[in-house]
Amino acid sequence: MAIFYILLLFMIIGAIIAIETSNLLSSVICIGAIGFGASIMFLFLRAPDIAITQIVVEVLGLIILIRSTISRDLTFISGDKEFFGTVISVVIIFVIFLAGVQVFGTLQNFGTPIFANVPDAASQTYIKEGLQSTGAANIVTSVILDFRAYDTLGETTVLFTSIIGATVILRKKAKKLIEEPD
Amino acid sequence: MEQEQQNSGVVRKEKISHGAKGMTIIVKNISSWVKILIVLFGIYIVLFGHLTPGGGFAGGVILASSYVLLMLAFGREFVEKDLPLAIDSKIDCLGALLFALIAILGFVFGGTFFFNFLHQKYQIGESFHLISAGTIPLANIAIGLKVGASLFLVIFMLSTFRRDTSSNK
Repeated sequence: MAIFYILLLFMIIGAIIAIETSNLLSSVICIGAIGFGASIMFLFLRAPDIAITQIVVEVLGLIILIRSTISRDLTFISGDKEFFGTVISVVIIFVIFLAGVQVFGTLQNFGTPIFANVPDAASQTYIKEGLQSTGAANIVTSVILDFRAYDTLGETTVLFTSIIGATVILRKKAKKLIEEPD
Repeated sequence: MEQEQQNSGVVRKEKISHGAKGMTIIVKNISSWVKILIVLFGIYIVLFGHLTPGGGFAGGVILASSYVLLMLAFGREFVEKDLPLAIDSKIDCLGALLFALIAILGFVFGGTFFFNFLHQKYQIGESFHLISAGTIPLANIAIGLKVGASLFLVIFMLSTFRRDTSSNK
């Protein structure tokens, strides 16, 4: 259990450095460190599917972020912080922290599933009938592509729409089309 | 004629040294070996998604990362020649259409959207084998195609955008 607290401390320190540092590249690298810590944590929580996805997406996202931040002008953030805004944000963060302490007090121990003790919960049904009704040995896949396939359809639609938007905004021919029709 | 000869000579020279752009020759050689392993691993992750950890999304991202590796090592033009953007966006749309088609086929054969008709109605394959779980491997393949093509497309677009702004300003 100590590994979780070490990883959590590592990720929190990485997040604070990522916010507070003035160099954009080191901030991006700290975000990558947080992601890799999260993937190790998923591995220890016996969720290898999420760990694989997390580590792969993290590598790709890190490449994109480094490639887009290097040789960019705004590597240093200038300007002083306002006093009033800082006080307000600290107060809001403290309130959210107190609420979080209250909420986490009611949860079970870290790493134990909440619905394990609830009879007739959805997760119990998936575990009992997953192999029989879908035939998939990997129960995560049987959930995301059979029991909860609407979620995956929505996720695919969101990805498709966002890619269309990015393609339209970032396409190279837009200027040429405006300047010379045909 | 002379210009054509010069152009062909330039092209041949670029083929030998893999073009002047990109990283050093060490990185190019190693990445041209490693890309095969990455693509094979991505295909494995996609195809065995219903048996082992992984699935369409993770495998698709691995497939996209192989082309991102090529793009970083060889430069943008090489990858654009290897996988044109028109084909890439067609693969993207094909994955999305396949996934929707699987859902509609479930409606046609079983009566409900996303019905796993290959497993529950026709009992194709047995569990813990590669051919099992009905429509789940097909959906994995569709999502793998979709995610891989679209992520590569967006990375390509981002690098193009960066190039244009840096050259114009």
